[in-house]
Amino acid sequence: MKRSKRRYLLLQIDSDGAPSQRDFLDAAWGSVTKLYGESGASCASLLLINFDEDTKKALVRVSLDALQPFRASLALITRIADREAAVHVVKVSGTIKSLREKAAR
Amino acid sequence: MKRVFADLHLRLNPNDPAYAARILIKAASLGYGLVAVPISPITHMQDREKIIEICKSVNIDFVSRVNLQARTRDQLMNQLRKLRRKYEVICVSCENRQVARQAAKDRRVDLISFPSVDYSRRFLDKSEAELIHSGLAAWEIDTKPFFLLEGPARTRFISTIRRETSIAKDFEIPLVLSSGVSSELLLRKPREIAALAGLFGLTESSALDSVSKVPVSIVRRNREKLGSGFVAPGITVLKEGNDC
Repeated sequence: MKRSKRRYLLLQIDSDGAPSQRDFLDAAWGSVTKLYGESGASCASLLLINFDEDTKKALVRVSLDALQPFRASLALITRIADREAAVHVVKVSGTIKSLREKAAR
Repeated sequence: MKRVFADLHLRLNPNDPAYAARILIKAASLGYGLVAVPISPITHMQDREKIIEICKSVNIDFVSRVNLQARTRDQLMNQLRKLRRKYEVICVSCENRQVARQAAKDRRVDLISFPSVDYSRRFLDKSEAELIHSGLAAWEIDTKPFFLLEGPARTRFISTIRRETSIAKDFEIPLVLSSGVSSELLLRKPREIAALAGLFGLTESSALDSVSKVPVSIVRRNREKLGSGFVAPGITVLKEGNDC
């Protein structure tokens, strides 16, 4: 079976508070599910690889086909854990290595 | 060549320079190179200068914009006559069909927008689109309602925009995607705005053009027209006097 292509995204969370990993995941899944439904969300193959609470950076993996819909879902996040927030895509890469380097900077 | 990203509708309060500076710094960090701020004709010159200074300090190209909300066709013509040479971008928020038709025909209008959630006053039908196509105006979509609306209200909004986008595509109307926000946390990167456009059927490349190529070309065209040597498109006075 042909392996589906994936993209890794480095995300920056912009918020007044310090959201936890669970809060972020709930917001991301909630937004994708609201916009595309459970069937659409399942096609995204969303996986959280790393979350840094101090820098508010997250590293996630999505399938290439779902990259643009996932970006749209992230753009529509306005609240995380009942606090105003925004999620910005810092970088998109086909390999995890370059994103880890960027996240470390 | 690297794209210059533009937001032609960033609402700033000229009386609160500290907050305006924060929003402009944020816009610069998100990758915007050009920002248009609606400034009312009664705003003091000093307040306007303050915003221009902040834009310079964060390396953003400032564009002056005015939103016209005329009630009648004559009122619109009057406002255009008074303000066209004072602003780089003129947007007409169409309150009724008569004004919408006039705005579409008038070559002094740069952007046409419709009230976001008042569906009875969204006049982008085939006749309107045909008029816009024959003029110079572009259709502006603010992304703010996507963030503020939820549930069935957002679904209806997306559905309306999708229908209107399809008409706009058929008539090759240029489309401009702007934020229309006044809060830091509602600002999004240009590529994220372009991704949102996928919700109403725009392809990635045309969505990216709507946040870069189209708005930048409107500003460039108007700056050329407002320049002192402009005679007609493509004709500019280079030198005048007895020694010519």
